[in-house]
Amino acid sequence: MKEAVLEIEGLEASAGGKAILRGIDLVLRAGEVHAIMGPNGSGKSTLAGALAGRPGIEITGGKVRYRGEDLLTLAPEERARRGVFLAFQYPVEIPGVSNNYFLKSAVNAVRQHRGEEPYDAMEFLSVVREKAALVEMPKDLLSRSVNEGFSGGEKKRNEILQMLLLEPTLAVLDETDSGLDIDALRIVASGVNALRSPERAMLVITHYQRLLDHIVPDQVHVLAEGRIVRSGGKELALELEERGYAWLEKEPKQAAGARSAPAAGAR
Amino acid sequence: MSALAAADERWRRLGADAASALGAGEAPAVAALRRAGLEAFAAQGLPGTKLEEWRYTSLADLAAIDWRLPDERASEVARDTVEALASPVFACGLLVFANGRFVPGLSTLRAPDVEVTTLAAARRANDGRTLPKLGSLVDVKRHPLAALATALLDDGVSIRLPAGARLEQPLHLVFLSEGAGAPVAVHPRVWIEAGRGSHAVVVQDHISLGDGPALSNAVTELHVGPGARLEHVLLQRESFVTFHVSNTAAQLERDARLGTHVVSLGGRLVRNDLSVLLAGEGAEARLSGLFLCTGERLVDNHTSVDHAVPRGTSRQLYKGVLAGRSRGVFRGRVLVRPGAQHTDARQSNPNLLLSDGAEIDGKPQLEIHADDVKCSHGSAIGRVDENALFYLRARGIDEPAARALLVRGFAAEVLGALPEPALAEALGDAFAELLGAPS
Repeated sequence: MKEAVLEIEGLEASAGGKAILRGIDLVLRAGEVHAIMGPNGSGKSTLAGALAGRPGIEITGGKVRYRGEDLLTLAPEERARRGVFLAFQYPVEIPGVSNNYFLKSAVNAVRQHRGEEPYDAMEFLSVVREKAALVEMPKDLLSRSVNEGFSGGEKKRNEILQMLLLEPTLAVLDETDSGLDIDALRIVASGVNALRSPERAMLVITHYQRLLDHIVPDQVHVLAEGRIVRSGGKELALELEERGYAWLEKEPKQAAGARSAPAAGAR
Repeated sequence: MSALAAADERWRRLGADAASALGAGEAPAVAALRRAGLEAFAAQGLPGTKLEEWRYTSLADLAAIDWRLPDERASEVARDTVEALASPVFACGLLVFANGRFVPGLSTLRAPDVEVTTLAAARRANDGRTLPKLGSLVDVKRHPLAALATALLDDGVSIRLPAGARLEQPLHLVFLSEGAGAPVAVHPRVWIEAGRGSHAVVVQDHISLGDGPALSNAVTELHVGPGARLEHVLLQRESFVTFHVSNTAAQLERDARLGTHVVSLGGRLVRNDLSVLLAGEGAEARLSGLFLCTGERLVDNHTSVDHAVPRGTSRQLYKGVLAGRSRGVFRGRVLVRPGAQHTDARQSNPNLLLSDGAEIDGKPQLEIHADDVKCSHGSAIGRVDENALFYLRARGIDEPAARALLVRGFAAEVLGALPEPALAEALGDAFAELLGAPS
């Protein structure tokens, strides 16, 4: 069995004094892509935020190990430098900071942590151009302020560009498909697929099944009320698409941590 | 006697001594100007915080110091020191003043189109083209420190651009205050006259040498002729024991364009008064300012834009970044006189507070006496965006670097408007360095 990249054990977390995650167990091994699906408010983004170290999310119980190391004690930048990447659901606009400068700062921070020489301006330019082409990113978006005035699709492409540049070991994509038209979805998905490799693990969080047509997961987990209520193969996503989430919430007892086949009569 | 009153007395004595020390050969225009300055200062004294204009800025610490005027000894500043300090500006001319006095050995000028004379030389020659205009734009009856500077007028520079003259590179004026030994007070004086259709960039740069206390009380007058374009950059990067007071008065004629850029990175107490009179139709003034305040420092910007005639445009953008227990003040006055129709005036004053102990007092003041005008103002106080901070950290950038990047981003709008990209870059670096320094 391949090495575990991410091991989540009984993770509980709250935000704004409200319990959101109520005991998550999940193991991602190198080379695997897992999808997390679930209705609004089920805790998907809180899980992503907890893994990246978002302030305001309070860990109230459980453990998270990343390549054997306690992830939760690390500052967000330390997680990023070790290879944890979160593609934001709502990428932040930063006026006055050029996208190119931001990307170079990020890449060099990670390279330095790995003991590699930081890129100079010219080296970085050729690297960023190559990766930007993969996500069909217009050149002017590199010289503009980070995400400022970018369309929804351009912001998401910028997230994928960052992922391609930082070459993470664990990539968490938080509803990267939301608000994308079909072309943008295809571009984003091909960027993600370009990064799939036997060393990497990916956690793809989505509300809809359609992203999973493009990024085919090894496993699908369904999150409801802060717990994983069902896990299965990629066919589970199709079933959710067909039946919605309501049927899962009716039978919570049977579900927690289950890896069983879909409930009887599901097909 | 209060500290202010005692200081008034000392200053009056210094001014009176200076007036009586005028040689028999002193140019009459200068003698009259200094007397008028002394009278105006005697009538007002050092301003106290009971005055609305000085409400947030106390001169008590300044008044408590026994200032001396600079002595006559020649400056010993090394050329490479000056060149290093002046490096970010690729200038066609570098004019260096040490403690207010021109240093010919450190100065160069490669701009045949421009008429430059020091005020000391103009006084000796009783220069009838330069001297009579001095003091014509600054209102010493309303600005006591400008009155004091006028009473003590010594050396400085007059820059005249003939009609149509174009300077391809900036002219760099460096005013060094050498705070060594006794506290020294200097009164730099600048007169710039841009003739019809001329075009120039002038960088007026105030720098400290040495760690001793200094008072730099500068008066700058800018006359922008019809259709002329002038960019004036006022840089304050003095030591944190320096008091810096500046008074800049500008007048714009028909279709003239003026850009002012006030960047304050140094000084224990900085007070900038900038008065702009749009005297000719179609004139356009763009005023921008940026300050970074750390420790217990104070930076106070007072602007006044007077739309006296129709079709004038003014834009004001002043941004402040405050850390530690520092204080900032911005007071921006816009006056639209009766008949100044189709005036388009905007003012914006966003501020970034980096600590709970810092404080900013902003006060826009619009006085509009014409009905067909566009005027707006906005003022804001914000903090570093926590979402943006997390976003940067989530990409591997550590927290101090992420904060510095966000603050630099906040400053970028003002720095980006500077007429020299190299200068913007250098000041951005200085800004970031100052931000990272313990205070």
